[in-house]
Amino acid sequence: MDKREYQWAWLMVLPVVLVVAFSAIMPLMTVVNYSLQDIFGPDSRFFVGTEWFKEVLRDPALHGALFRQIIFSGAVLLIQIPLGIALALCLPKKGPWVSVSLVLLALPLLVPWNVVGTIWQVFARPDVGLAGVFLNSIGLDYNYTGDAIDAWVTVLIMDVWHWTSLVILLCYAGLQAIPDAFYQAARIDGASRWAVFRYIELPKLKGVLLIAILLRFIFSFRIYAEPFVLTGGGPGNATTFLSQRLTTMAVGQFDLGPAAAFSLIYFLIILLFSYVFYLTILNMDREG
Amino acid sequence: MARIELNNLAHQYAPGGDYALQPMQHVWEDGGAYALLGPSGCGKTTLLNIISGLLQPSEGRVMFGDRDVTTLAPEQRNIGQVFQFPVIYDTMSVFDNLAFPLRNRKLGEDYVARRVTHIATMLGLDGVLKRRANNLTADAKQKISLGRGLVREDVAAVLFDEPLTVIDPHLKWQLRRKLREVHEQLNLTLVYVTHDQTEALTFADKVVVMLAGQVLQVGTPQDLFERPAHTFVGYFIGSPGMNFFDCQVEGSEAIVDGERIPVDPAMAEAARRAGGLLQLGIRPGLIRPAEDGEPGHTIKVDTVEDLGDYELVTGHLGQHKLHVRLEASEKISGDGLRVVFPKENALLYSDDRLVGQGEKNGG
Repeated sequence: MDKREYQWAWLMVLPVVLVVAFSAIMPLMTVVNYSLQDIFGPDSRFFVGTEWFKEVLRDPALHGALFRQIIFSGAVLLIQIPLGIALALCLPKKGPWVSVSLVLLALPLLVPWNVVGTIWQVFARPDVGLAGVFLNSIGLDYNYTGDAIDAWVTVLIMDVWHWTSLVILLCYAGLQAIPDAFYQAARIDGASRWAVFRYIELPKLKGVLLIAILLRFIFSFRIYAEPFVLTGGGPGNATTFLSQRLTTMAVGQFDLGPAAAFSLIYFLIILLFSYVFYLTILNMDREG
Repeated sequence: MARIELNNLAHQYAPGGDYALQPMQHVWEDGGAYALLGPSGCGKTTLLNIISGLLQPSEGRVMFGDRDVTTLAPEQRNIGQVFQFPVIYDTMSVFDNLAFPLRNRKLGEDYVARRVTHIATMLGLDGVLKRRANNLTADAKQKISLGRGLVREDVAAVLFDEPLTVIDPHLKWQLRRKLREVHEQLNLTLVYVTHDQTEALTFADKVVVMLAGQVLQVGTPQDLFERPAHTFVGYFIGSPGMNFFDCQVEGSEAIVDGERIPVDPAMAEAARRAGGLLQLGIRPGLIRPAEDGEPGHTIKVDTVEDLGDYELVTGHLGQHKLHVRLEASEKISGDGLRVVFPKENALLYSDDRLVGQGEKNGG
């Protein structure tokens, strides 16, 4: 009887297995396939082993993109996580302003990603954009298309504008879930505001912060549309990140083999980083 | 340590709204163990939060001894509070949890270590001081919450807001006994909120029964059982609750559906003077079967439940349903039972209040 039920269970998950096979496993295997061959046409292909991987790992353009990518994701996390927590703490806990604030915060998340790029491209333009003209009028020599630092700052601010809301909303939900009794006990124990944050709010936020850090890391590490629209990766290569470099390789230069090898490495980096973050945060709980 | 006095205290959550607490006058004597008993939503927690300072009363004053603390914040009062579910600082060790209130008050580490060890020993937490508080069981966590209240030497009272809700039944009893021990050793004022009469009656020297923001009666468990000041106290305390019958009073008899039940003459007199809706109340366990030849009243028996050491008879006296608790050895034959309502146990109520009490038991 039990065995029969098991067989039924396999049949039941079959649709999911098929969908996942078509949507994830097959494309991934195709990429693996490309990464091991040199393809000239449908009928002329050669097995090259790890050749593409070696080439990709030696490519200085990719090293540069990876370095910029790590700096970018690091900056994103360092700015957005503390800022998100701080703003979540400032939000009203109840009353009519709660829904107003939540809707306003959700707005940047609803904008399509390439539109975010377009908005900031116009907003920051030094000749007609509100921010660009203003910055130049107060004496700053600001031009994100010409100056690498200006471009970086603009891309970062755009990302903060776009994504900090996600961190705020997650933290806000986490804060709302803390029962009043904790705050009441802290008052009776004479705890300072900082102690309340350090010993009640921060520990209780750990779960949502894990999600926030993971999501922000993964999203920022594969960022494409916004900087592509805003700066096109420039000036020079100053804001060219991994995904844009990859697109250039695969679609621009049609180097399918190296691009496939690079895709796999890219995927493994994200997987590895995410796993390390995950373990680190989980282990924070077990200390002591 | 101090007696806690509530002067004309009342509270509305919104101005002009309903009273969550009706105006009251009450004294918690120094070193007393009090239970605050009442159904959910009767204002118990509101009252507790006013005493601890988490809530400012909209009217009246709270006095700790001679000190008016009405407007003081919780940290400025000498109060400990244990909540319904364990409130502990997850990331800290048990030691750090217990030390937290002292460290916040900038006391020396030597003193902190001494106090924490002392209290931990008293509560039986000395073996786990280095463990992380988060990994302990619910009852150990509640002890930590309690310990954070006790660790301060100046603490005047510890307030408990249904502290055993999340504790396993077999540990409830142990923890309650621990509370009694702590009370005896430290001679603190304890106020214990609960909606469970067993908890209240076993814990407290004095029980305060509340209903709809009003204190109905303050008394020893025996007072509440023998002379409930309000019909609600009669219903709420005891299992099953007290029997109540609408009645008229003539001479020194209460008339319930034509049955003439003799009552105490002074009480009958008081009931006549009080007027209003009169009710006769008697505990199921204080009704006894009539002896042979003794004048009594016949009740129609509906069901008899054998509950081990006693039998619970559900029946009717005229139109009125009633419960009678009989010794298990009593024999019940047929569907009629002749019983006596002993005069000293039959109480008269006028508009839900026990007659002839004056202000003695009032809120």
